[in-house]
Amino acid sequence: MNQKGHFGVHGGQYIPETLMNVVIELEDAYNHYKNDPEFNRELAELFNEYAGRPSRLYFAKKMTNDLGGAKIYLKREDLNHTGAHKINNVLGQALLAKKMGKTRLIAETGAGQHGVATATAATLMGMECVVFMGEEDTKRQALNVYRMRLLGAQVIPVTSGTATLKDAVSEAMREWTSRIADTHYCLGSVMGPHPFPTIVRDFQSVISKEIKEQIIAKEGRLPDAIIACVGGGSNAMGSFYHFIEDKNVRLIGCEAAGRGIDTFETAATISTGRLGIFHGMKSYFCQDEYGQIAPVYSISAGLDYPGIGPEHAYLHDTGRAEYVPITDDEAVCAFEYLAKMEGIIPAIESAHAVAHALKLAPSMAKDNIIVITISGRGDKDCAAIARYRGEDIYE
Amino acid sequence: MPQLPATEGRIFMSKIKTTFENKKAFIAFITCGDPDLDTTAAAVRAAVKNGADLIELGIPFSDPTAEGPVIQGANIRALRGGVTTDKIFGLVRELRRDIQIPMVFMTYVNVVFSYGTERFASACQEAGIDGLILPDLPFEEKEEFQPIFRKYGVDLISLIAPTSENRIAMIAKEAEGFLYIVSSLGVTGTRNEIKTDLSSIIKTVRQNTTIPCAVGFGISTPEQANKMAEISDGAIVGSAIVKLLEKHGKNAPEYIGKYVRTMKDAMM
Repeated sequence: MNQKGHFGVHGGQYIPETLMNVVIELEDAYNHYKNDPEFNRELAELFNEYAGRPSRLYFAKKMTNDLGGAKIYLKREDLNHTGAHKINNVLGQALLAKKMGKTRLIAETGAGQHGVATATAATLMGMECVVFMGEEDTKRQALNVYRMRLLGAQVIPVTSGTATLKDAVSEAMREWTSRIADTHYCLGSVMGPHPFPTIVRDFQSVISKEIKEQIIAKEGRLPDAIIACVGGGSNAMGSFYHFIEDKNVRLIGCEAAGRGIDTFETAATISTGRLGIFHGMKSYFCQDEYGQIAPVYSISAGLDYPGIGPEHAYLHDTGRAEYVPITDDEAVCAFEYLAKMEGIIPAIESAHAVAHALKLAPSMAKDNIIVITISGRGDKDCAAIARYRGEDIYE
Repeated sequence: MPQLPATEGRIFMSKIKTTFENKKAFIAFITCGDPDLDTTAAAVRAAVKNGADLIELGIPFSDPTAEGPVIQGANIRALRGGVTTDKIFGLVRELRRDIQIPMVFMTYVNVVFSYGTERFASACQEAGIDGLILPDLPFEEKEEFQPIFRKYGVDLISLIAPTSENRIAMIAKEAEGFLYIVSSLGVTGTRNEIKTDLSSIIKTVRQNTTIPCAVGFGISTPEQANKMAEISDGAIVGSAIVKLLEKHGKNAPEYIGKYVRTMKDAMM
């Protein structure tokens, strides 16, 4: 990575001049605090005492026996406080923002998990919080809207564009350009302009750091594959990061194919997108021939994004990581499978990773090891999945 | 719309810098294809006839992150109407049969990148576009684009914001065409009051370049245009014109002409 935050040809800082000094200020502050022992002590305390880290690496014995192939471990990010991996990044950024003298956090959210995490951290640290959420998503994830408001955040439904995650990001960026002095934009994924992809990756890399320690303690060796879902890609980047140099560990990102990559109702960026520049970064995007960003679709509000983080785009280019599309149907089946098999209800986002493991594990030897990152818990999705199955229940 | 080769019928193409000589420039922004390209052409002609000195043509983008609700709406209407980058180059060729003042594009970097930067720059030159404004392309990323546009004689216009501070000199020194001074924080849209200390920003600019400065974002009234003419070299008006298109649709050009006349008179 060069000084301007490029990963191969990807990354960069394609943002309005109005925001340039604030991202430079953020980069300077981050470079200072990331090596500051007091900052790291405070963050470790928040991770351990507040968020409940380290998260468990659970051996899914029934699932392993049922599939009859590789041993399957689940990295239980769903057990974190607020129910997803999002809290890792948010605690880091909120602490950093506080050190920078900011008093207000703004955030975008898709499924609502990042919004809930930001609202939580803001409350904890005595900061104001405003969350932008696509109006479509406020309907799909009504419970999370209530949680954010309960936590004291203001939730602003975004009606522009497709009224989903990308529009929430656009609106949060617009808000940031209008109020900079007291406000930090707590971006929720490994995307956007430099330094966000690096900052978010670093705060999420606690996931792979723990997986490595835990699997060595349990198995005495590294896993053969790590599987995680990818929207912007923060839980996947966090799960991959400390294994990038371990070339024998396959890194597999599962994209939301929606109704299939041969349809227009998909959000599988690597499978269907091409190189572009949007939301501050150069990366792969679903777009038309004139560069208009495509309206994407997935059953999962958290993966319903037309781009992917620049470091993932780079890992794809170099072949270090593989990216596979998973349809709505496959994800819903995996959601139900994990609930019935292991008594664990994964987020519909995480179910995309489980779905790929269901395909992969049986073809692997019994002494092979797969780690699936369960990035969040699925309580928020139950009503939507019931409706998908034709049961007319509402929260 | 009839399409002639751009060189045929074009009377004369002026350069951006010279348009600011001995006068204060009124710059009118219009989103291409809102509601259709014939209306855009008529609106441009009405603005030019009534004193506009430079036309900023917006190529719509699906997700215009620097725009407020008014221009976002125009982008959506234009894209729904089926406008494309190629059709807009056709519009420019047609306008160049009789429009002599400089015309620049305002769009987002993905529109250019996805078209192919060199192909886009070449098409600009061929159609008669003098400059390009890309609000999501800051100083740090311009090296990927500026040399290509320079090769085709298209100025890449830089923006300076109220938050630019220590960056003003650096940006001004490498500026081309004119400098777009962003009047306020936030996105495009009319504002009752502009609080930024523009005079001190422009003073710093003047110490570093002879390129003219025009102020945009939030300007809608003759009083504001008059004030901007006093402190800078020109005023850029977008949302106020787009609102007329939103309200009057195909009949907007007549209203745009009258509005431009009022604004230009206030700057004399």
